[in-house]
Amino acid sequence: MTRALGHYTLRIVNELGDFTLFTTRAFTAAVGSRKLGRRVIRAIYEQGVRCLPVIVIVGLFTGLVLGLQGYYVLNRFGSEGLLGTLVSLTLVRELAPVLAALMLVGQAGSALAAELGIQRNSEQIDALETMGASVHAYLISPRLIAALIVFPIHTAIFALVGLYGGYLSGSVLLNLQPGVYWSAVHNAVRGGDIRECFTKAAVFGLLTIAICAYNGFNSHRRRSSTGARAVSASTTRAVVFSSITVLAADYIITSLLVKGP
Amino acid sequence: MSTPATTSTDLFLDVRGITKRFGDNTVLAGVDLAVPRGSVITVLGKSGTGKSVFLKCLAGIVRPDAGEIRFDGHVLNAGNADARAEFRRRCSYLFQSNALLDSLTALENVALPLEQTTQIPNREIRERSLEALRQLDLEKHRDRFPGQLSGGMQKRLALARAIVTRPELVLFDEPTAGLDPLRRNAVFEMIVKYQRQFGFTALLVTHDLPEALAASDQVALLNGGRMQFQGTPEAFNESANPIVCAFRDSAGALRDTIAALRRGEIIQSEED
Repeated sequence: MTRALGHYTLRIVNELGDFTLFTTRAFTAAVGSRKLGRRVIRAIYEQGVRCLPVIVIVGLFTGLVLGLQGYYVLNRFGSEGLLGTLVSLTLVRELAPVLAALMLVGQAGSALAAELGIQRNSEQIDALETMGASVHAYLISPRLIAALIVFPIHTAIFALVGLYGGYLSGSVLLNLQPGVYWSAVHNAVRGGDIRECFTKAAVFGLLTIAICAYNGFNSHRRRSSTGARAVSASTTRAVVFSSITVLAADYIITSLLVKGP
Repeated sequence: MSTPATTSTDLFLDVRGITKRFGDNTVLAGVDLAVPRGSVITVLGKSGTGKSVFLKCLAGIVRPDAGEIRFDGHVLNAGNADARAEFRRRCSYLFQSNALLDSLTALENVALPLEQTTQIPNREIRERSLEALRQLDLEKHRDRFPGQLSGGMQKRLALARAIVTRPELVLFDEPTAGLDPLRRNAVFEMIVKYQRQFGFTALLVTHDLPEALAASDQVALLNGGRMQFQGTPEAFNESANPIVCAFRDSAGALRDTIAALRRGEIIQSEED
């Protein structure tokens, strides 16, 4: 029992170290890499443009639900005028970075893990290695750099669309004055909230895309499965680990950044 | 093992005692191979004898458990990163599966090694890549993706990518796998033609015996985890080594067996 626990702990420590080296190498290898800009733009398209409809749809419905729920709860206390405050702070501080990251993991992260897994399976990664190319610079760095750009932008879009969803629920469907709603939004959100929002988005982007890339890239090292099953297992693992990491990192960042009222 | 007379200074690639185990399965049990500069050497062997593993050990894709690889006098497998980088710069590897990047066009695939490993200007990279495609009769397919090309075209595209860097050593892993006899001959012709044209050293692994004997300066036979023979095709044909004889005569044995079956004779296997 103790031996098994020790073995498992060592394996986790080993994998964490390997993951850290993998991510660090992706950034250091990017320095001086040829045509990196072109690959970053392509990665931005894959992560950003393709995921935009999902972000807009989920952001809109999140805002609509927040507006409805918030209105009826606040109405009990005669405080529906604070709906803008509730919707904006909930979105900007928490829901926009977390939900946008989870949506991006589901769409772009899973696609990345599967793509790298298939490239590993079909020896494309081995081919890059044997030709002396930096595999990290070619395959991983552009995705990580793109994530640092795409996640904050998508989080901002999510928050803005969500605020509009809150307005549709509170002011268009219910009876809250639009001026009251937008004024509360304007007064509630401060610079620190926006900084927290973008910090979370950047950290989530880096962690999730690195986790997805790491799992896809190392799909051949899975002992429990090989071939197509290894790709599917690695993709599942990438999405599950990324999602858990988003929530855990959210708690840690919140506890470090939030200083009370 | 019979080996041709070559001094160590002639050797471009000198492999000694390569061993590789996967769990309890010892695939390579001390494999030796001497590759003279500018030659075409073919490693023969039945399927599953570890030919591809041997080639992957040389390419650095698989790490051998023991043994030594010397490339142009420098030891590769002793934590010598510079020697390994130099090896990769001067060597190309043609995968059995071609391993073309399926999200890149034919031209982008060929340009990739130059883009990623050299500082050559973009215009020259394009010219050299187009020249490689032209040499392999693929120029009009330059904007197609590998998935849109036939198996033979993919093989030629992989060869174009392998030679575009003007390598001194090209490792061919089963270059004719899955091809019909005509295409098989064409691939061997292509290898010999470009080997003569560019002067690289070619190391192939295959189980296509007649084509290998016709195209190679030397052949080697891998069996039971060891190199059982290395020598000229003539020496291979004359060898009395029972393993060489069994491999050499396998084609004839099949012809006899089929002929006997057609005549309606009862064929008993050795196990019976």
